[in-house]
Amino acid sequence: MPPTSTTQPDVARGGTAGPPAPVGPPPRRSSGRAWEWSLAALLLAPNLVLLVVFTYRPLLDNIRLSFTDWNISAPVANPVGVANYVEWFGREDTRTVLGNTLVFTVATVGISMALGLGLAVLLDQRLRGRNLVRSAVFAPFVISGAAVGVAFQFVFDPSFGLVRDLLARIGVEAPDFYQRSGWALFMVTFTYIWKNLGYTFVIYLAALQGRRADLDEAAEIDGASPWTHFRKVLLPQLRPTTFFLSITVLLSSVQVFDIINVMTRGGPVGDGTMTLVYQVYRETFVNQRAGYGATVATVMFLILLLVTVVQVRIMDRGQRS
Amino acid sequence: MTARAHGAEAASHRSRGMTVAGYAGMVVVLLVVGVPLFWIVITSLKERGDIYVQPAQWLPDPGTTANYRDVTTRIPFLDYFRNSVIITLVLSASKIVLGVISAYALSLLRFPGRNVVFLVVIAALMVPNQITVISNYALVAQLGWRNTFQGIIIPLAGVAFGTFLMRNQFLSLPGEIIEAARLDGAGPIKLLWRVVLPMSWPTLVAFSLITVVNEWNEYLWPFLMSDDQRTAPLPVGLTLLQNNDGVTNWGPVMAGTVLAMLPVLVLFLVLQRQMIKGLTAGAVKS
Repeated sequence: MPPTSTTQPDVARGGTAGPPAPVGPPPRRSSGRAWEWSLAALLLAPNLVLLVVFTYRPLLDNIRLSFTDWNISAPVANPVGVANYVEWFGREDTRTVLGNTLVFTVATVGISMALGLGLAVLLDQRLRGRNLVRSAVFAPFVISGAAVGVAFQFVFDPSFGLVRDLLARIGVEAPDFYQRSGWALFMVTFTYIWKNLGYTFVIYLAALQGRRADLDEAAEIDGASPWTHFRKVLLPQLRPTTFFLSITVLLSSVQVFDIINVMTRGGPVGDGTMTLVYQVYRETFVNQRAGYGATVATVMFLILLLVTVVQVRIMDRGQRS
Repeated sequence: MTARAHGAEAASHRSRGMTVAGYAGMVVVLLVVGVPLFWIVITSLKERGDIYVQPAQWLPDPGTTANYRDVTTRIPFLDYFRNSVIITLVLSASKIVLGVISAYALSLLRFPGRNVVFLVVIAALMVPNQITVISNYALVAQLGWRNTFQGIIIPLAGVAFGTFLMRNQFLSLPGEIIEAARLDGAGPIKLLWRVVLPMSWPTLVAFSLITVVNEWNEYLWPFLMSDDQRTAPLPVGLTLLQNNDGVTNWGPVMAGTVLAMLPVLVLFLVLQRQMIKGLTAGAVKS
C-alpha cells in the first residue's frame, strides 16, 4: 500500500476534479482502493493503448514527418526543415485545393443544415405518412459513401445517366460532369448532401421534439406568423443543436474521402475536385511524397483547430448576449 | 377576447399553410431520395443492351437477374462480402466491449487521474483520421500487416465516442440501486453484468447499431491497407469491381451496389428507432 493512498481521496474530492459523479461509491476503507485502482487500470488499458498508439502517436509523428522529405516505403526520413511548408505556401495548386475545400465545405455544411432544419420543421407537424418520409430522408445516411459514390457515378453518367435523361425530357442538354471542373465539384457536393442530409435532419427533429410546448402555445395565442414563430421561438431554442451540428458536420465534410475517391479521384483533368484530404492521399500514396503529404495533413489539422476555436468563441458570445 | 379569437384564427391559418408546405416537402423528398435508388435498382435488373439506350428505359423490359448472377459468380464479390462480415463483426465486438469496460471504469470506479483519462479518451474524437493514416500506414506496413485482417482491424479498434456515450448512460443510473447491489455483496463483474448493463440496454443497443453501421461502411483505412480479395471489404471491393477494365459494365456493378446497400438498409428499417437514439444522444440536450 503506497503511503499516498490515504491523502488521495482528499485530492480527488478537491475542486480540480470537477463535479462528483452521482453514482460513485462512498468513501471506503483504504484497503479497497488498490484493488479498485488495478481493476480500473485493467479495464482502461486496452482502449488507452490503442488510442495512444493509433491516434495520439501518429498525430505527433505526422508533425515530425512534415519536416522531412520522405518516400513512404523508405526506411529513413531525411529532415528538410520547413521546406515542405515553404513549398506548400508557394505552390500554384494550393490555392485551387483550398478553394475547392472551401466551396465544398461551405456548400455542404450550409445546405445540409438549412435543408435539414427546414425538413425537420415540416415533418415535425402531424402529417399522414410522415414516418415513411422521415425514414426516407435518413436512409441514405446509413449507406456507405463508396457505394453511394459508385451508384451516383452512373446517375451522373454523361451518356446514359439518370440526370442526363431527366434533363433531356425538359429539353436541356446535361453537362459532362466528369470533364468540367465546376460541374464535377457540383456533382460531388450534391452526392455528399444527398447521402448526409438525414443526419442534420434527425438531430434537428430530435431537438424540436424536446422543445418547450408552452412557448409554442404563447406564440400561437399572440398570433405570431409562422416565420416570426420560427425566428423568435424555434431558432433560439435550437441554438445549442445548431452549434453542435455546425462543428460535427464541418469536421466530417472537410474529411470526405470516399465519395471523391470513387467518383472523380480529385479530377477531372488536374485538380477539379482536389480537396485538402484528397491532396494528403495523393501526395503520400500516389506521388510517394509522404513528407509533403504530412505537411498538408498538418496544415489541415491546424485549420480545423482554428475554425473550431472560432466556432466555440462565436457560440460563447451568442450565449452571453 | 377579440385578440384571442384573432390569434386562434391566425394559428389555424398558419397550420393550414404549413400543412400544405409539409405535404409538398414530403413529395419532393420522396422523389429526390427515391428516384436515384429506383434508378440503381432498375439498372441492376436490366439486360446489358438496355442499359445503354437513349432515352432511358424506366422499367426493365424484360427484367433479368443475370447481373446478380454475374456479380456473385464471375467476380470475387462473395469474398468481399465475407471480408466485410468478418471485419464488421470482430471490430464491432471489440469496440462494444472496450467501450463498455472503459465507460464502467470511468463512471463507477474511483481512481486518481480519472478526469485526465476521460479527457484523453474524448479528445481523440477531435483527431481526423486523415492526420493519422500516414504514420499508421508506415507502422502497419513495417509490421508486415498489409493485406491482413489484423492490419485493418487493430488500428481502428480504439473507441472514444462509445466510451463517452456509455459513460453518460452509466452516470445517469440511480445511485441507490447500485449502492444496494454493492451492499448485497455484488462484485464489479456481477454489478456490471447483472445491474448496470440490463438497466442500460437501450443505449447499449443504440451504440452497437451505430458501430456496426459505421464499421460496415468504413472505407479510407481498409482502402489503404488492403487491395485484394482475401481481405478487402465490400466498399473497397465495389470500387475494385468498377475499375476492372476501361469501360465499366454498369449492370453487375449496380447489382453489387444494391447488395452492398441492402444489409444496412434492412438493419436500419428494422431498428431505426434505436439507431437514431444512439445518434442523437448527447447532441440535443444542453
